[in-house]
Amino acid sequence: MTAPLLELDNVTISYQRRRDRIDAVRNVSLAVQPGEAYGLVGESGCGKSTLAMAVLRYLPKNGLLTSGHVLFEERDLFTMTASELRRIRGNRIAMVYQNPGSALNPTIRVGEQVAEVFRHHRALPHHTASQAALEMLRKVRISEPDRVAALYPYQLSGGMQQRVVIAMALASDPALLVLDEPTTALDATVQADILDLFQDLRGELNAAILFISHNLAVVQQVCDRIGVMYAGELIEQGTVREVFQRPRHPYTAALFDSIPDFGVRKQDRRLASIAGGVPDLADLGAGCLYEPRCPISRTLCRVEHPDLLRAGTRHLSRCFFHTETPVPGSAAPTASATQAPESPQNQRLPLLTLNRVSRRYGRAHILKDIDLEIAPGETFGLVGESGSGKSTLAKVIAGLVPPSTGTVALNNVRVAGVASRRTRRQRRDVQMVFQTPDATLNPRKRIVSILGRAVRVLAGLTGRRKRDRSAALLADVQLPSRMLTATPDRLSGGQRQRVAIARAFAGDPKLVILDEPTSALDVSVQASILSLLLDLQRESEAAYLFISHDLAVVRYLSDRIGVMYLGELVEIGPAERVFRPPFHPYTHSLIAAAPRLGGEKPLRPVSLDAPSPGPAERPTGCPFHTRCPRAYDPCRTEAPPWRDAGEGHMIRCWIALDALEASQTAALRARSTAPAPVRVGPRP
Amino acid sequence: MAETLINARRRPRSRTRFTPARGTIPLAIGVAMVLVWVATSLGAPWLAPYPPSEIDFLAISQPPSAAHWFGTDQLGRDMLSRVMHGGAYVLTIAPAATLLGLVLGTAIGLTTAWFGSWVDEIVMRVLDAVMAFPIVILAMLALTFLGAGTGNVILVIGLVFAPLIARTVRAAALVEARKEYVQAAQLRGEGALYIMAVELLPNVRGPLIVEGTVRLGYAVFTSATLGFLGLGVQPPTPDWGLMVSENQALLTTAPWTVLFPATGIAWVVVAIGLAADGLKEYLEP
Repeated sequence: MTAPLLELDNVTISYQRRRDRIDAVRNVSLAVQPGEAYGLVGESGCGKSTLAMAVLRYLPKNGLLTSGHVLFEERDLFTMTASELRRIRGNRIAMVYQNPGSALNPTIRVGEQVAEVFRHHRALPHHTASQAALEMLRKVRISEPDRVAALYPYQLSGGMQQRVVIAMALASDPALLVLDEPTTALDATVQADILDLFQDLRGELNAAILFISHNLAVVQQVCDRIGVMYAGELIEQGTVREVFQRPRHPYTAALFDSIPDFGVRKQDRRLASIAGGVPDLADLGAGCLYEPRCPISRTLCRVEHPDLLRAGTRHLSRCFFHTETPVPGSAAPTASATQAPESPQNQRLPLLTLNRVSRRYGRAHILKDIDLEIAPGETFGLVGESGSGKSTLAKVIAGLVPPSTGTVALNNVRVAGVASRRTRRQRRDVQMVFQTPDATLNPRKRIVSILGRAVRVLAGLTGRRKRDRSAALLADVQLPSRMLTATPDRLSGGQRQRVAIARAFAGDPKLVILDEPTSALDVSVQASILSLLLDLQRESEAAYLFISHDLAVVRYLSDRIGVMYLGELVEIGPAERVFRPPFHPYTHSLIAAAPRLGGEKPLRPVSLDAPSPGPAERPTGCPFHTRCPRAYDPCRTEAPPWRDAGEGHMIRCWIALDALEASQTAALRARSTAPAPVRVGPRP
Repeated sequence: MAETLINARRRPRSRTRFTPARGTIPLAIGVAMVLVWVATSLGAPWLAPYPPSEIDFLAISQPPSAAHWFGTDQLGRDMLSRVMHGGAYVLTIAPAATLLGLVLGTAIGLTTAWFGSWVDEIVMRVLDAVMAFPIVILAMLALTFLGAGTGNVILVIGLVFAPLIARTVRAAALVEARKEYVQAAQLRGEGALYIMAVELLPNVRGPLIVEGTVRLGYAVFTSATLGFLGLGVQPPTPDWGLMVSENQALLTTAPWTVLFPATGIAWVVVAIGLAADGLKEYLEP
């Protein structure tokens, strides 16, 4: 066997906190071979980013390598001199971070930034470096590199910026590319393109990749081998094939279970969540770290810490009973046992009615002529890329942003544009759960006063009844009553979202707007929050407006789904119909881009490589025509008509539905990566 | 061998060492230095060797000696006693003025941040115009109209500090006002006063405290300056600024008459500055 390119040998990294020291990474050994792609996955706080920084010997001031060695090309990074280290960092190891915006210098043209790498690390003369930079931009699939090279970073979309960062990383022809969540900050459609790029580049370059991500599906697409981290330890390692087909650690298996498979609905099964939380790194017991949450733990697990054991020829697991690891999917309870809420299809009065709602800021149309109805007790899912106006629509309905034109009606009664001018009852009926767990609760208030105020204002209770109701709300979201006296900083992200949900339910709302409530959370926590939302809906019969960029989650939870693009609804229909052809071409590309688990790579029939034009330069005609691979003449000049595909499924497109359906079905069957030729239907 | 089976040995937990939180040391030194003067001022009636305004024509402009540690001034008054008493004025005027500035500034800052649009535009432009003048000039103008005196000095310093504090509060409150917990309050239909007082104010506390401490240092300096210009308390009150002013003619012949009160001013300003730095480090690491 050849010598590994990168070898971590029994690495322990500690952080000095105010009073004590915690080991963020403990006794990790792994090796990356030349040309190999190794994926490191785990939930937040598991130590994967700390490990990535250690590979560059780039630990923060209070971080310390307390044991072990980091060997790169058989040389110890932590005993090198500063100048040796500098040479290695630039020339042999390159890094791509999560946020491309802060990795680029905003005052230098991007072509110049790439050329600088060639001049600096490869000592190319000025002109040759510029040529090489253009070549490198072409290599990362930037069309028109000459034009793009002359732009400043702010003129590029997030996806293009990340391509430039990748070009800079590749410019020094590194032996190892460290990718730390390189697609997490990007939209799914852009993420799919970047992942494609990595796959293509792997064939062209001989760099090894250390890919760090919280997203199993993403890692699967790029990597050969993966390591799973939990609470600072490597708990499972093997080839992607082995680990994905038959995980040998209960934690890995539970992670798979908590991700909604593409196509699973709330009626089918509950998502399995992992009970309990990650152990406190400052206070670890003697046994297996996963033991308190493990479904197959025994006495031995409590007293003895397992080593990494062989579970296959190239498969390691830190579990005594790895052969008994539950197969993903087997442990998940079916929904029939728990009864998912019925979706009331036979409509009485709509609960919420939007009539031609628009919102403008200056010349920019954030929302344009939105018509929408939500029935009592229904879950309506809203999807779209960032900037599509999903959150603004939520705020208009909630009364945080008044509509510029159009009306919002609750139970057929028109309501005021701002919440403060609505009646108390109307305010009680529409509540909202926000996206950011860090900002959703006032950090200076205790949970008891956060909930108490909501109960008092929304439910009108005071004194003892207020206290009882607050405690009951906390119990409803499955938090212990001792948390009443805690401040938000003592709570985890998932717990804060639970409190936010309890707050929204304080006055028995009729409609709860959920604006990406789980996108900042780990998948195992997300699963438990989604289950909680289903339970609460069954008890309260509240309708949900669920906004998310994660199609699998929206599909899992929703009865009906709307797809938004540039402030307009382009498709709307029952959840099961929206994900079946015919789709709007935009929906098609969203579905194709969604990362998913399983053997098959996702199909890429529609690449949304062209950036979204943005609400200020709204195109005439169909808003999607600038990126639509099937756009033809009328799309560019006239707004497309709504076409009825039956069962309440509506698509807003100039292309005839049967033409859409035929080509999309063919694309699904062929699983080809090339766009299928499109025959455009006649104008109606 | 690429994959080594790992023997997860447990290292014995290393003994944890107590390291003080950032900024606590300068904060402690600064506070201690101020407390020295607070104690001295409070105890001056009993500790001072002479009454501060007792004139002794037999001991005019004496250099420091055993009888008069800090010497005497041109009226034969004991400088040590006067310096000990003089702290009291600065140490009441400065905190009172700062408090007034904080209350006014916070109210203005929160209001402009929350209401935004034209309220913000008008109020902030007016404050910009006020702040374009040097503080001492503004204070002098105001005191010339109002007349000198302790109460007016407090009022004037408080008023000229309010715009500066308002800016800090507004900047911090603008960040908080966009956060989701404020939107949750709006969804409940909370009034502007509730949102400003209960949701925003506690969350701008950190910058507010830091700004207040910095302002306190400036207030000491400003009140001393106004005293020096004769706009503060009137003779024969033993005020540090006033003492420097009264004795400036003696700077060459009896420098101790200026040195000791000036040192008192510098001491307190430096001490508060030190405390402010430490506090900033501690609150905003």
